[in-house]
Amino acid sequence: MNVTEILFWILSALAIASALMVVLSKNPVHSVLWLIMVFFAISGHYILLNAQFLFIVNLIVYAGAIMVLFLFVIMLMNLNTDTEPQKNKWLKVAGVVAGGCLMLVFVAALKSSGTQQVQMGEGNIGLIENLGKALFNEYVLPFEISSVLFLSAMVGAVVIGKKGD
Amino acid sequence: MMQPGLYHLLFISAALFFIGVYGFLTRRNLITMLMSVELILNSVNLNFIAFNKYVWPQRLDGVFFTVFVIAIAAAEAAVAIAIIINLYRSHQSIDVENAEELKY
Repeated sequence: MNVTEILFWILSALAIASALMVVLSKNPVHSVLWLIMVFFAISGHYILLNAQFLFIVNLIVYAGAIMVLFLFVIMLMNLNTDTEPQKNKWLKVAGVVAGGCLMLVFVAALKSSGTQQVQMGEGNIGLIENLGKALFNEYVLPFEISSVLFLSAMVGAVVIGKKGD
Repeated sequence: MMQPGLYHLLFISAALFFIGVYGFLTRRNLITMLMSVELILNSVNLNFIAFNKYVWPQRLDGVFFTVFVIAIAAAEAAVAIAIIINLYRSHQSIDVENAEELKY
């Protein structure tokens, strides 16, 4: 059992345990902090899968930007355990049944599908140089369209969040 | 111990996905529902990267799908948080059960 396998199992256990804590913890601030742990674990998986650029992007965009935005909004609204809405007991049961059944189907389907293991040795396909070349040759149209998407999202957020109308 | 491979990654991704679905169905707080959606998007990203590595290691299509999913998630979070702030201003709460005017 080498270092990569040990890291794989540690990161997997960390991801699933932190995801459970996100859903189960009552305080929204604790949920956000556990979600940041999930993002760190998933970023570690990206490094193990030779996607070094995505590791950085995931950390900066998710853990750095989006989660700080969530944290600001939660603190702005002064949410804590007392203001957490009361939830129906039956809703919880329905959530467990729905999620559990779907997950059972997924796992059964995955189990019956034989996956062949073709692990390539070369580890520099996810580096920034190759990624930039592919991004500005094959993927230049979606890239520019996503900039338009960001512009419209920014305008929409400002218009919706404006005080008074 | 088994060698970790594509199957294990797919199992972890499925587990994260359904933890997210459970959170989305049971929490009534809009911000935690949004966080469950982020969890679902991340499990899908992990799937894309795993398939890119194990099925088609010379190409980068899965990586670019993940990059665009991250971009769309950022835009979605910005707009959703603007909506949540607006809702909080008009209702003084972000419980989804209190925002039911469109129901009738």
